[in-house]
Formats: sequence, structure tokens, C-alpha cells
Amino acid sequence: MADGERHRSPRATASENPGETGRRPIGRVMAQVAMVMNLDKCIGCHTCSVTCKQAWTNRSGVEYAWFNNVETRPGQGYPRTYQDQDRWKGGWVRRPNGRLVPRAGGRIKRLATIFANPVMPSIQDYYEPWTYDYDTLINAPLGDDFPVATPHSALTGEPMKVEWSANWDDDLGGGPELASQDPIVRRLGDQVKLSFEDTFMFYLPRICEHCLNPTCVAACPSGALYKRAEDGIVLVDQDRCRGWRMCVTGCPYKKIYFNHKTGKAEKCTFCYPRVEVGMPTICSETCVGRLRYLGVVLYDADRVGEAAAVEDEKDLYEAQLGVFLDPNDPAVRSAARRDGIPDRWVESAARSPVFALARRFRVALPLHPEYRTMPMVWYIPPLSPVVDTLTRTGHDAEETGNLFGAIDALRIPVEYLAELFTAGDTAPVDLVLRRLAAMRSYMRRINLGQERDESIATAVGMTGTEIEDMYRLLALAKYDERYVVPTAYGVDEADRGVIEEVGCSLDFEGGPGMGGMGEVPFGEASGRPDEASVETFHALRDRQTSERASATGGRINLLNWDGNGRPDGLFPPREDEGTDNGRGQRPGPT
Amino acid sequence: MDLVLWGVLPYVVLVLVVGGLIWRYRYDRFGWTTRSSELYESRLLRIGSPLFHFGLLVVIVGHVVGLLIPDTWTRALGVSDTLYHVSALSLGLIAGFCTLAGITLLVWRRRSTGPVFSATTRNDKLMYVVLVLAIVTGLGMTVYFAGVELAGGRTGDYRETVSPWFRSIWILRPDVAAMAAADAPYKLHALMGLALFALLPFTRLVHAFSAPIGYLFRPYVVYRTRDPHPAAAGQSERATRRGW
Repeated sequence: MADGERHRSPRATASENPGETGRRPIGRVMAQVAMVMNLDKCIGCHTCSVTCKQAWTNRSGVEYAWFNNVETRPGQGYPRTYQDQDRWKGGWVRRPNGRLVPRAGGRIKRLATIFANPVMPSIQDYYEPWTYDYDTLINAPLGDDFPVATPHSALTGEPMKVEWSANWDDDLGGGPELASQDPIVRRLGDQVKLSFEDTFMFYLPRICEHCLNPTCVAACPSGALYKRAEDGIVLVDQDRCRGWRMCVTGCPYKKIYFNHKTGKAEKCTFCYPRVEVGMPTICSETCVGRLRYLGVVLYDADRVGEAAAVEDEKDLYEAQLGVFLDPNDPAVRSAARRDGIPDRWVESAARSPVFALARRFRVALPLHPEYRTMPMVWYIPPLSPVVDTLTRTGHDAEETGNLFGAIDALRIPVEYLAELFTAGDTAPVDLVLRRLAAMRSYMRRINLGQERDESIATAVGMTGTEIEDMYRLLALAKYDERYVVPTAYGVDEADRGVIEEVGCSLDFEGGPGMGGMGEVPFGEASGRPDEASVETFHALRDRQTSERASATGGRINLLNWDGNGRPDGLFPPREDEGTDNGRGQRPGPT
Repeated sequence: MDLVLWGVLPYVVLVLVVGGLIWRYRYDRFGWTTRSSELYESRLLRIGSPLFHFGLLVVIVGHVVGLLIPDTWTRALGVSDTLYHVSALSLGLIAGFCTLAGITLLVWRRRSTGPVFSATTRNDKLMYVVLVLAIVTGLGMTVYFAGVELAGGRTGDYRETVSPWFRSIWILRPDVAAMAAADAPYKLHALMGLALFALLPFTRLVHAFSAPIGYLFRPYVVYRTRDPHPAAAGQSERATRRGW
């Protein structure tokens, strides 16, 4: 049978099953920890931004860096007008021959412009970080005038006038003058009314997209930026980064920040120390609206390149969906096992809320697929602009007919959302909004004790059960349904016994740990910081839960000591023993 | 004195450069960066930095050719001494002036732009002084000799003094006499050069050694597996500190 097929057409031989034409064998299976945000629930409280900053960027050099920020739409975003790729040259472009090249130029052009990156945003495009002269408040002499804390630049220390910041146009502050600079508003032209009576508004929380086809990684001359093979998190190797700044230009979302003190790139880490031990990212954990979902998505790595290079930008959304693999498919499961993905990760992917929202219910959409980076933080577009308008005009905003009519009539919000999520194609956005609208109507009937109306579900291509499942995920899902994060593999089973505590978790560079900064010969920018690692987490848990003194070697922090045994290196050697700590290291010179 | 300057000092500098680079790579990979200030100011940098760097690249190529290739070889290739001299002088002058103009602009920018000046360390200032002195002595010497020769004078040929000495260093038999016979400006410039080399591993100039040539030959997207043991990945483990 297979032989008979083979000489008929070379293409048929590529298919394992001749019965399913057009279905290719599964290429290399990779796993990605991804996120979905439900924009209808975002109230713009910035809790995610603040907790992220507390966790990652409350240091000098990255005062202006917001790994997580919340933008008001319409608005300019952060940094200002970052979506205008004609100006900032982020992402990829497709050459006529079908090849993808970074918009700012290929390898040779990158190296030729390495001495001064021509399209890097300056600190003014973000904002000049500042602090306040609090000293005056405390030490001002008695006088008639009330002392004030004047703002001072964190760069120069000089007094400065605060004129811009990460969310200066929050809640449409600054009015039409600022909002009209939104690159999407400019593209849509005069149709968008920005007068306060007619406008619409929603919030867009943004983190690094941890793209499948990241331009920042492609732009890094040192090879310091990389995508982790196990979970797809994009990270900067701080020891290999040489500060060439090409990644800042490469990222179309402008989510790579240049630490101006250390001279190195920094970016959202997807809170990998938390994710590795099965905890949600800090922005998800603290989200007040509970609008974030985390989960594993399996994808075919061999198809990423061609999916990112489809000719029509409007096909990119479907192409990216096509790269995802269904973890319930037995063929996918065996391919995943073949490629070394543990079964518990595949199980986790099967329960993934991200996969459900993106692929099963098709209500989550990628942010700016036209950048061709295959972003992995997806969004459920907000129905609220439509609902708000209906309610304001005295209509019943939970009645299907009204909502469907309004989605059709209110073209501006739909077109705006399409520019954000589907490269301008309104059909997918339309479908998502209709599904959300159908869910409202369908569930209202249940709440009011009326009988289920299956026709509402059918009208949007779903079944009543599917709608109820979607409702459960969007409205009721508890912590462990929203955050389905498996612990890192290759650590907690196979590697048991060789794990070693690295040190006090507060012992990072400049941190309050017992070790301080240690010896740093070239000022605060030099030296090697201790890593926060999953090994530390497991070693600590091991010691805290075991009955006896645990056997892990190395230095044990007094704060983590559970009183069991007498670990080496915790106390000075007894005189009669004369031994040193386990490493055989001599006592220091002093 | 000549023995110390031209027989011993070059080897001291060599040990400093090689040892310094190894030491820095082992213990301060995090500090190994360009420490770019483009985020603060890019208008002047966009002119000054390429001017300086590209000028410097040409200057370096010129030094390599002048110091490493013996005059007998170029003569054998049919390049007359006059042709060599004129082309080296003219190319060297153009590249030298570009480099000097570039560094002047960069230093002025560093002094006049507030945030850039605040980000300048003492280490940087020392490095700038030595770097500018090396450029100025080299360029000044070239201009002076070109002027003398245009006026019909005769100057010593560095290809008979400095170059043989430079080559002799690498075969561990330093030709001190050759260098001692060179004109004083050459000696001054060579000393400045040695000082600059000695500083290389310990300043931000170290970024020159991480020129990303490999970028041209690698795939765009880099995948890496999670390091199970960060300290085992070719890095020196920081010594375990005492707990008391």
C-alpha cells in the first residue's frame, strides 16, 4: 500500500496516513508556557505592574523599565507610539521571496550599525526617571512656607519637571491631543471619534510576549538572548550580554529594556523561578480582576518558520493557531514523548486554559500577529465598549439581538480591536465578540430560570455545553483552573540527590542578603549575581519537610536552618575537632 | 633604560593583557559590556561613534600592515617605497583625523550631556586620557613627519626601527637596539600604545574583544536548555562563604 502510494506522488510519501491528505507528520514537539488575558475584566488598577516592579525592577538602572505595564486604549502606549513600526522597525518583514528578515535589517546591516543603533528609543521616549527630595521635608527649617519635596532626575540628580511617565495618558488623560497620537488611531484615520461622548476605552496589560519566533533573539549579536527549549521562556544571559542594544530595536513590543547602570538588556522573565516550581507569575498571582490564565501549549517547532512567513498578514492568526498541537490527540502524545516532553507536561497541556481559550473556544487572539513574531500572550478582546454603548442608549445589553446588532453597528471599536489582534481582519474579532455576547445571553436565561436556548449557541457555531464550559472558565474558574503550570522537568525527579542550595535568596546583587554584594572590582555593574534557582527551592523544601538533617552540602543560611543536626559551615569549628566546613576551605584571611 | 623600556616593558604589558583578559572573563563576565550611553543621548553619538570606530578600524589595519609586513616583502611585490609611504601617510592621515574627530565629539558629548557625565567613572576618565594621548601622539607624529618630508627634509623610517622591534617581541628575542635607534616621537607613541594595551582588559575597552563575528554564521533564533547547574557551565564557582 505504502509502496503503491510512493511512486504516484512524492508529496503523498510525506503523509504517514494516506487517508488523510494534507495532514503532515508532526515535527519537533515543543512546549510553551503561555498566557491569556481577558480584557473585559481589566479595570486598569496597575496592581500587576506594581507587583512586577517590586519583584523585578525596583533597582537603579531599570527605574524606567516596566516588564508589565497597563496601557489605556486608545493611547500611545509605552514607550510612546511603540506600535509604529515604520518608525521603530521592530519585528520581521517578509521579503518577496518568502524569507523573513528583521525589519531593521539582517545580520550584516546589524553589524554595520553596531556603533550607534539608528532606531533605538531614547530615554525621553520612555520617560526620564525621577525621585523626590524627601530630605527637605524632614530637615527644612521652621518657616512660613510649607516644605515640598521637589522632583529630581534619577539620571543626573538635577531638579526636573515631570512631563511624562509610563502611563501619562491613563484613562484617556490628556484627551484627544494625546490619544490621537495612537498609531492605530492614525491608521484608522478620521473615523475614530475621540470626543468624550463618543469614545470607547479599554485597558491593555502587556508583558513580554515570549514569542515563538522572537526578533529580539534574532537581533542579538552576542547570542545572549535565548528561548528556553523546555518552556519557551525568552531570557537574557546576563553574563553573555555585551550591551549592543539591537534587541531593543528588534522587539516590536518594546519589551526589552536597557539597564543604563549595568549596560545590559533586561526583560520580563515570565517569573521563571516561580513558574519552574508550579506557581503563577507575580502579575497573574496578584491580578485583582483575575483576568489572567496560564497554561502549557504544545506546538510544532518545525512549522513555526513557515507559519510566520505566510504571505497575507491576515492569515497569520490562523497560521499560528495551526502550529498549536492538540494534546488530546494520541499522535501528538506519542510525538511529544518521542521529543522528550514528560507525560505530566502533556497532561498539563490537556488541561491548559490557554489552549482552551485560543483553540477550543477561539476567543483569545494574539497581539499584533502582523509583526510575525508569533506572540504567546493572547487576549480576549473586550465586549465592554459595545455593552457600554448599548446600556448608555437605554438598550438591554444582555439580549442577543441587541448585542449582535450593536457589534455590527459599532464598527469603530471592532476595527480598532482588529488592528490590535488580527492585522486588521474584522471577521475573527467579530466572531469572538459574538461568542462573548452569546455567552451573556445564554447564561442569563439560565440565571433567570428560563430554559436553555440552544439556538443562541448555534448562531455562533458553538454548542450549549461549550458555552457553559467557556462560561465556567471565564467567570468561575478557581486558582488551579486559571493557572495550570507544571513544575520544571529534569529537576525534581531525575535530579534528586544532586540538588544544592545556592544561597540566601536575598543574596542577589545589591540585595539585602547576608553576603551583600561581595567583591565587585568594577563598581555596581560588575561581579556575578547569585541565581535564584529551582534547585534552591527544592533543597529548602527538602530540608523543611524532612525529619532528619538533610544531606545537602554547601553553606546553609542561618535563616533557613530548621534546627536539625549541625550543618557544616554554620558554626565556627570546635577547637577539639579542628575541622573546617565540608568544602575543605581555609578560614578567611582576617 | 632602553632595555627596560623596549626589552622588558612589552612583556609586562603582554602578561597584563593576556592575564587580565583571563581574569576578567573568569570573575567579571557580568561587567564585560560596552556600557553604552545611547539611551541618554543619541544625536551626537550617531555621528561621533561610527566616525571614531570605523576610523579606528582603519588605523588598526594600518598598524598591522606597517608593523607586521617587512619592507622587503612589499618591495618584492613591486610597491616602491615612495608609493608605500605616500599611500600609508594619506590613508593614515584621513583615518587618523576621523578617529580624532570622533573621539573629540564623544568626549565633548560625555562632558556636556548631564546623564552621560554622571555615568562616567574614574576608570573611564583614565582610559579616555590614555586613549586620546595615544591617538594624538600618533596623528601628531604623522603630521609632523609628513610636513618635514614635504619641506624636503628626511626622517627616519619606522619600517627599519619600530617594525623590526615589534616583530622581534613575538619571537622572544627583542631587538632593543632597533627601537633605541628610532626617533623620539615614535618612542613616545609606542609607550602610549603600551599603556593603552595595559589598560585594555581593565576598562570598558574590553568590549573590543567580544566583537560579535559569530553572529554572521548562526541561525537567527537561539534555543538553550535550562542550565541545571549554573556554576558547572564553565564558570568559576564563587567561593562558599562562611556562615558565621
